[in-house]
Amino acid sequence: MIKTGTRLKSQVCDTEVIVVKTGDGLDDLRAGGVPMREIGADADSGAALDPKFSDGNVMGKRYVDEAGAEVLVTKAGAGTLSVGQVPLSIKAAKPLPASD
Amino acid sequence: MSISLLLEMASSNPDREALVSNGTRLTVGELSTLADGGAGVIAASGAGSVAYVGTGGAMLPLLMFSSARANRAFTPLNYRLSSEGLRELIDRLPEPLVVFDDEYGGMVGDAGVKSMEAGAFNDMARTAEPISEFAGPDDVAVVLFTSGTTSRPKAVELSHLNLTSYVTGTVDFASAQPNDAVLICVPPYHIAGVSAALSNLYAGRKMVYLRQFDANEWIRLVRDEAVTSATVVPTMLDRIVSALDRRPTSLPTLRTLAYGGSKVALPLVRKALDLLPDVRFVNAYGLTETSSTITVLTPEDHRAAHASTDETVRRRLGSVGQPVPGIEVQIRSDDGAVLGPGESGELFVRGDQVSGRYAEIGSVLDDDGWFGTKDVAAIDSGGYLFITGRSDDTIIRGGENIAPAEVEDVLVEHPSVRDVAVVGVDDAEWGQIIVAVVVPAQGSEPDPEGLLAHVRKTLRGSRTPDRVVFRDELPTTPTGKVLRRQLIEELASDVT
Repeated sequence: MIKTGTRLKSQVCDTEVIVVKTGDGLDDLRAGGVPMREIGADADSGAALDPKFSDGNVMGKRYVDEAGAEVLVTKAGAGTLSVGQVPLSIKAAKPLPASD
Repeated sequence: MSISLLLEMASSNPDREALVSNGTRLTVGELSTLADGGAGVIAASGAGSVAYVGTGGAMLPLLMFSSARANRAFTPLNYRLSSEGLRELIDRLPEPLVVFDDEYGGMVGDAGVKSMEAGAFNDMARTAEPISEFAGPDDVAVVLFTSGTTSRPKAVELSHLNLTSYVTGTVDFASAQPNDAVLICVPPYHIAGVSAALSNLYAGRKMVYLRQFDANEWIRLVRDEAVTSATVVPTMLDRIVSALDRRPTSLPTLRTLAYGGSKVALPLVRKALDLLPDVRFVNAYGLTETSSTITVLTPEDHRAAHASTDETVRRRLGSVGQPVPGIEVQIRSDDGAVLGPGESGELFVRGDQVSGRYAEIGSVLDDDGWFGTKDVAAIDSGGYLFITGRSDDTIIRGGENIAPAEVEDVLVEHPSVRDVAVVGVDDAEWGQIIVAVVVPAQGSEPDPEGLLAHVRKTLRGSRTPDRVVFRDELPTTPTGKVLRRQLIEELASDVT
């Protein structure tokens, strides 16, 4: 299971995320239909953005899988975030009052 | 994952005004560029870590992010310490580069370490070769010394993961309105100062710094910089409320006022609620070891409790609210058993933002990752947390355990009492006796017997103070924690 705090990068778009809450599903985390790689790892040459997974994502938003694993988008991109073929959903913002 | 990431994300809006401090104004982009250069200055110095002695302002976020980008731990130090006290702490840091505000140069002077005046650091940061080193989630981002009111200060290690978990777990990125501004007047060496620089940058609020607190200056800044939210410690809240009482001034832009750092007297909270009816109040509870806030009493909780006739709801005004996302809490008895609602014991917490790690000591988390706070607390049936005090402050009189807060909460409601601390003083007969140190309300001269009768009406006899003494004010730390040791020493030498 991937470690909380791991940073991942899309191979086919600008998307970058960090793992906020880990889960087994994240072992098959994809952006644009293609598996994401840890920042610094080599990209798969020849991989292309799958048009079926091109809804994009929003910086600063949290995305969750069905089991509750959570990633935070640190750089937005054109690809849809998914675990396997199942797109992640945006986590509803539960705004806490400013306390700092 | 590094706290530097928070600044990187904020930099997607580089022209936004990030901070204002004594005339210095920096946009997010400018702060980020300076931090890159600052990292270069730190790396070039060969230092193993970074420390800061000064009143903060722009230097706090600048040094914190510069250090992160150089992957060195950053330690803001208490500028009120003597040069000997500072030296003792500096000696515990690994090869530090000490950056200091001009007026503290003399204090740092003979500490025998690399040091640099803040202005010089800024100048060099503007022209230095920028560097950017990769910090891992478990690398130490910030080291803070606890206030050491009961023992030698401990060096709390807050990792990049602890701090980013706290921010990303409790703040929504860029969620602030375009003109939101926060007034930061808490010390830079306190966890509240550290978390303020991180969470507000991430939320997208302009940070307005007030480096030396003064109630009238606070009020002026709120108006002049159109401040929309602020965080204060209880002594500051008291002074602000008094100032507004003396000279009613409207604060039309202020929407949220958060307070925390130490216990605040209920009468003061009620007064603030009445004086500022359109302001949303937030009570935030946390420790240095938990990367600040772990529970919050929300604005809605405040107003509901203030307006309620149901005692269960009313008393929540004296609670610290409910846990923030990602935090679990437990109350445990002395033998480690987990207690149920309403039962008092030690508060334990668990979560990614909880460090529980000290330099020289290591981690004090138990096998399941729980951190014992040493705060005595209870949780009500609705999940609201009530803190009754530090376990070290429990008074043991004739074999009975008495929480000072229990007696303080009753005494402070007496109209002639402005503030009170209840401490245990050694006694040959009882082990300890209960002494109430009372700060009288303005213009009143309370009669000790009247105060004792007031306590007896609500609490059982064994909780009635054995002595009542009066003081003009209670000795506290800058964040309002009463210096109980000091009071006990003074009282012990009073007895003849």
